[in-house]
Amino acid sequence: SFLLAYFNHAFTQQQLPACKPILAPNMVIPILVFVGLLFIPIGLACYAASNKVFEVVYRYDTKCVPKNMLHNKVGYIQNASINKTCTINLKIPNAMKRPIFIYYQLDRFYQNHRRYATSFNIAQLSDPKEEANADIKDCKPEAYAAKGIPVVPCGLVAWSLFNDTYSFARRPRRAGGIGGVEALRVIKSGISWRSERERLFGKHVYPKNFQNGSLVGGGRLDPRKPLSEQEELMVWMRTAAMPRFRKLYGRVEADLDAGETVAVAVRNSYNSYSFEGGKAVVLSTAGPLGGRNAFLGRAYLVTGMACLVLALLLTLVCLFFPMTEEHLRLR
Amino acid sequence: MQRFVYINDESCRDSYRDNRVSNTKYTLWNFLPKNLLEQFRRFMNQYFLLIACLQLWPTITPVSPATTWGPLAIIFIVSASKEAWDDYNRYLSDKKVNERRIWVVKDGIRRQIKARGIHVGNIVWLHENDEIPCDLVLIGTSDPQGICYVETAALDGETDLKTRIIPSICADLSSEQLGKIKGVVECPNPDNDIRRFDANMRLFPPIIDNEKCPLTINNTLLQSCYLRYTEWACGVAIYTGNETKSGMSRGTAEPKLTAADSMIDKLTVAIFIFQIAVVLLLGLAGNIWKDSHGCKLWYLMYPAERPWYDFLVIPLRFELLCSIMIPISIKVTLDLAKGVYAKFIDCDDQMFDPETNTPAHSANTAISEDLGQVEYILSDKTGTLTENRMIFRRCYISGVLYGDKTGDALKDARLLNAVSSKDPDVVKFLMVMALCNTVVPIKSNDGTISYKAQSQDEEALVNAASNLNMLLTSKDSSGIAEICFNGSKFYYEVLDVLEFTSDRKRMSIVVKEVKSGKFLLLTKGADEAIFPRSCPGEQTKTYLEAVEMYSHLGLRTLCLGCRDLEEDEYKEWSKKFQDASCSLDNREHKIAEVCNSLEQGIHILGITAIEDRLQDGVPETIKLLRKAGINVWMLTGDKQTTAIQIGLLCNLITPESKGQLLSINGKTEDDILQSLERALTIMKTALERKDLAFVLDGWALEIILKRSLESFTKLAMMSRTAICCRMTPLQKAQLVGILKSSGSLTLAIGDGGNDVRMIQEANVGVGISGREGLQAARAADYSIGKFKFLRRLILVHGRYSYNRTAFISQYSFYKSLLICFIQILFSFSSGLSGTSIFNSISLMAYNVFYTSLPVMTIIFDKDISEATVLRYPQILLYSQAGRLLNRSTFAEWFGRSLYHAFVVFLITINAYADEKSDMEELSMVALSGCIWLQAFVVTLDTNSFTCPQITLIWGNFVAFYMINLILSAVPTLQMHTVMWHLCNQPSYWITMALIVAAGMGPVLALRYLRNVYRPSAIDVLQQIEQTDGHAQAPGNLESSTGTYLDYLLTDLRRNKSSIHQPLLSDSASSR
Repeated sequence: SFLLAYFNHAFTQQQLPACKPILAPNMVIPILVFVGLLFIPIGLACYAASNKVFEVVYRYDTKCVPKNMLHNKVGYIQNASINKTCTINLKIPNAMKRPIFIYYQLDRFYQNHRRYATSFNIAQLSDPKEEANADIKDCKPEAYAAKGIPVVPCGLVAWSLFNDTYSFARRPRRAGGIGGVEALRVIKSGISWRSERERLFGKHVYPKNFQNGSLVGGGRLDPRKPLSEQEELMVWMRTAAMPRFRKLYGRVEADLDAGETVAVAVRNSYNSYSFEGGKAVVLSTAGPLGGRNAFLGRAYLVTGMACLVLALLLTLVCLFFPMTEEHLRLR
Repeated sequence: MQRFVYINDESCRDSYRDNRVSNTKYTLWNFLPKNLLEQFRRFMNQYFLLIACLQLWPTITPVSPATTWGPLAIIFIVSASKEAWDDYNRYLSDKKVNERRIWVVKDGIRRQIKARGIHVGNIVWLHENDEIPCDLVLIGTSDPQGICYVETAALDGETDLKTRIIPSICADLSSEQLGKIKGVVECPNPDNDIRRFDANMRLFPPIIDNEKCPLTINNTLLQSCYLRYTEWACGVAIYTGNETKSGMSRGTAEPKLTAADSMIDKLTVAIFIFQIAVVLLLGLAGNIWKDSHGCKLWYLMYPAERPWYDFLVIPLRFELLCSIMIPISIKVTLDLAKGVYAKFIDCDDQMFDPETNTPAHSANTAISEDLGQVEYILSDKTGTLTENRMIFRRCYISGVLYGDKTGDALKDARLLNAVSSKDPDVVKFLMVMALCNTVVPIKSNDGTISYKAQSQDEEALVNAASNLNMLLTSKDSSGIAEICFNGSKFYYEVLDVLEFTSDRKRMSIVVKEVKSGKFLLLTKGADEAIFPRSCPGEQTKTYLEAVEMYSHLGLRTLCLGCRDLEEDEYKEWSKKFQDASCSLDNREHKIAEVCNSLEQGIHILGITAIEDRLQDGVPETIKLLRKAGINVWMLTGDKQTTAIQIGLLCNLITPESKGQLLSINGKTEDDILQSLERALTIMKTALERKDLAFVLDGWALEIILKRSLESFTKLAMMSRTAICCRMTPLQKAQLVGILKSSGSLTLAIGDGGNDVRMIQEANVGVGISGREGLQAARAADYSIGKFKFLRRLILVHGRYSYNRTAFISQYSFYKSLLICFIQILFSFSSGLSGTSIFNSISLMAYNVFYTSLPVMTIIFDKDISEATVLRYPQILLYSQAGRLLNRSTFAEWFGRSLYHAFVVFLITINAYADEKSDMEELSMVALSGCIWLQAFVVTLDTNSFTCPQITLIWGNFVAFYMINLILSAVPTLQMHTVMWHLCNQPSYWITMALIVAAGMGPVLALRYLRNVYRPSAIDVLQQIEQTDGHAQAPGNLESSTGTYLDYLLTDLRRNKSSIHQPLLSDSASSR
């Protein structure tokens, strides 16, 4: 209690012991040097980590449109009678270790648009009881099917579900010739977050009236499967923050060799043509920092260098214009 | 309009209100609407209400309405509960007053009722030391002469006792009759003039004939005064409750707004304009984007038919998104901080006055910053600079200067000898000292005599006389005064009192020596009032020299004299005096004339010199304050010579050769104006070389205000010192008003009731809880025990408060702008649709919680230590000139928030690109980036770290993660598990470190370069503090540092006129 009284007194009298650092050269320059020395190795490590990740990106949105339809891509994609399967061959430049993640990449797709990003109902997704009485005004204009029956899952996000599909086959390079085609199995489970499977998307909520309207947006859902098993929906509904994004499509549990070719059969059905968006398929391994992204490494190196250069400059300035007391007083 | 009060008549009781006193602002019923209305009078609150209402429209709101309604409700509840609590306390004190038991006479029967039950017309019976419950017309007292004494300190601050007389018509009533009388008092409707009461009274038969008797203020007992030295008194209630004179003059003081506050308001308006511009721009761009691109996005399902208001939707969305630019938390944060500053003042042990046991107190918790920006101090003299404890020190009797050597006449052996040898001159002198006054001797039970005097000087004289064996033992009601000299008693009959007025500058009494029957006129007064009336041939020259000498010592002089009167002469004069006293028009003038006719041919007995000692530490304090760049003016009711002497003694003015005193006076109005112009010319030419001051008196001021206000204002702005003498309370307030209207920040300090107006008028009013009662202290924003505490109040508390408020307010804008800029940047990548990158909970918590706590740590911050401030007081110029809170400092913070927004946003979207580009994660990363940055920003801008600061800054940081980890566990939120994911990613932590390094590196480097190569005065002092800590500085360092500081601050001093136009450069530029 003596201590407390002392503290109380010091507190009310504003006499608490205080440490008063001032920005003197002998404090600022070491800080800069320290930060520089710390950041450069971290930057190198990040760079290395990013470089160890190999990825193959292939943009297929234009390639998959037949030449004669290029002038009317929207007409092509909206024409249900045309078979839109197209095959693309991906050259694997470096060996890729399993697991290999497959992403689809969309460009200029505004999942973060104000009208779009909020157009879903979180209560409806998890609880079958909420289905009928949940307030799904936010989902408009994709809230109710005809006669005012609610759509499950409602909203623009679910309605515009991405529905291009890919199947993969490898043509391993064998010594002395071209080998046979070997299908690569794409595992499409476990691509969502566990919390989504277990909590956010209900085990007893089934799609109802989904894509039944006159306008069909994106993909359809299997009405017999509960939402908790519809992982592609979960991935899609975890909206992206930027207009260019990748979403996990599945993963391949196989190692790919350098120089090998992977054939991808794309069923091209998602309309990215009306807004001139890009679609790409991505094969990528994963490193400790996620996918291939040189940004962090570069930024660290630049920041570290800048700190060191700044420290050097300040030291030079300090040497040539020293801060003596004379200097301080006489100017 | 007239009011007719029927005495003791129950039938008319309902026409006026009862005596329920109510100072409360609200009732239980109107509290909510009235308080809400009051709060919504402020621009900021209206703005927030508008935003909150807009948020109720789901189409445009980017986040849930709770983000504004929540904080708004909290702010309202906090302010409302503070108001409610204050009002409840007022109610309690009212209740105490209202429930008091008061004796009331009804139909001749005395009974006790509650004070609130008194009605107009009731007869109220009071006992000694009772507080008077309502305004009464006195009709009877225990005193056979019909006199009673009241103490009016609570009303006008004057502690001397005032006599009140019953109207002549009631003079002969017995106490039984008093309870039964009927009559009517015709009086004006209630007003707040405590010096005027023009009414008349008529009693109904059978008691007296119904003759009209005029009443004046001298016949009244006013509410909240005290009855003293009178066994009982009774009166008729005329004004009750809040309609009494004290109730009507109470009034609510206008809330004061500090200079810092108005700067903040200006900045708020600027930001508001900026916000509108941004909103219009983005709204337009958003509409264009929607029409050119948005319609092509099939997944957005834009309807073909759009409502008419469609073009408004996007701008309004941006308005809501940008609404946080004006931080909703700033008011709460500032109020809280100001409350703490006030507490620090209240608790300061170094401002505790052990002599009177009074701590410093801040009654107004909202204006501490103004203390740090004070430019003018207007000080009262008596009681503020001086102790207001008059002590008789010296006297000059028939050619002998007593007390010359010892400095105390009471210890001068020559005087003591003269007394014991009954030197006739000395005896006569002492007799005048003892008799010529209106002092009331009061004999206590143990036989000791104490004196109750109208003025401190009289008390000092009577006390001194009693110490010299001339003891005034009693004054009875028939006017017989008993004096005991060397053990033998003398009796004098006091026939007339020729009262003191400030015009006459003297007072006299006529007495009759009972033993010999001789008539005497005893006089005392100012030398200039007595000498011209001395008998011809009197050697006034020596007396004049004595007066001169005494006033050079700073002593207050009085000249004593007497004159023998012939009985006939007296009788004749007495008749004239009676007539004059009874005259209805121009009474005062007539009385003065009659008095003057008697006060001729006075035989001068001697000079008394009374010392009013300077308070402890006054010269040092004034020197320090002047060094700090504050202009100190002395406003006094005292005469010029004394005022100048006191001014010299307390370092206010510099003696000749280095200083010069410009006197503004003259015989005619034109003379005065000419001397004003002359002073102005000298002031313009010689200000740099000499310490100039001007002196003027009340009369000159009156003419100047009427004829030449403009040149006086010029003079006032240039003059560092002024002595204004013979000021009335109104003139004091006028002077404050002149300085205030020219844009200066004024502080008025005083101790008496005559200073109240000036204290209320000034930006900051400081009251000294002194001997003249607590009136000034009660009206003031701050009350202190001694003048010397002003130094600490301004230099320590005021300065720190200003610094802290400057930081808190700008930081509040910084953090709001930061988050707002991020939103704007994000909107460019979300199709200009007005999506919020942050979720509702984060936004709400960011403003109210995450960023409000760390910034509060700054209330413990000290840029330089108290000792350093007191050693280099000129540093106050820095805050005086508003160097820490102005447009340029704000621009700096604005730039910083823009830069930080870019850092946070660009790093976040690049580090979290492609497959990591998840809205929830990205939003959390950006938010954490802001939290990290702001912790470092506060750290960088903190000058001294104490343990609460470190705990709050980093504790807040820990709390941020705790809260978000916990929120991540709530399954119904969209951010479910997001924070857990992030905390497990190394890339998250790497990103945070990058944000901090990239955000703070340049800020640190710039700050360092400026600290070292373009230091501000504060930086210099910080460096000095550091070096002093290591090695004791040599003696000459201090002076050279002072010179350097002065050099740094010269520009500030030169720019004093433009103080409120913030200076664009932050250091001493223009070399």
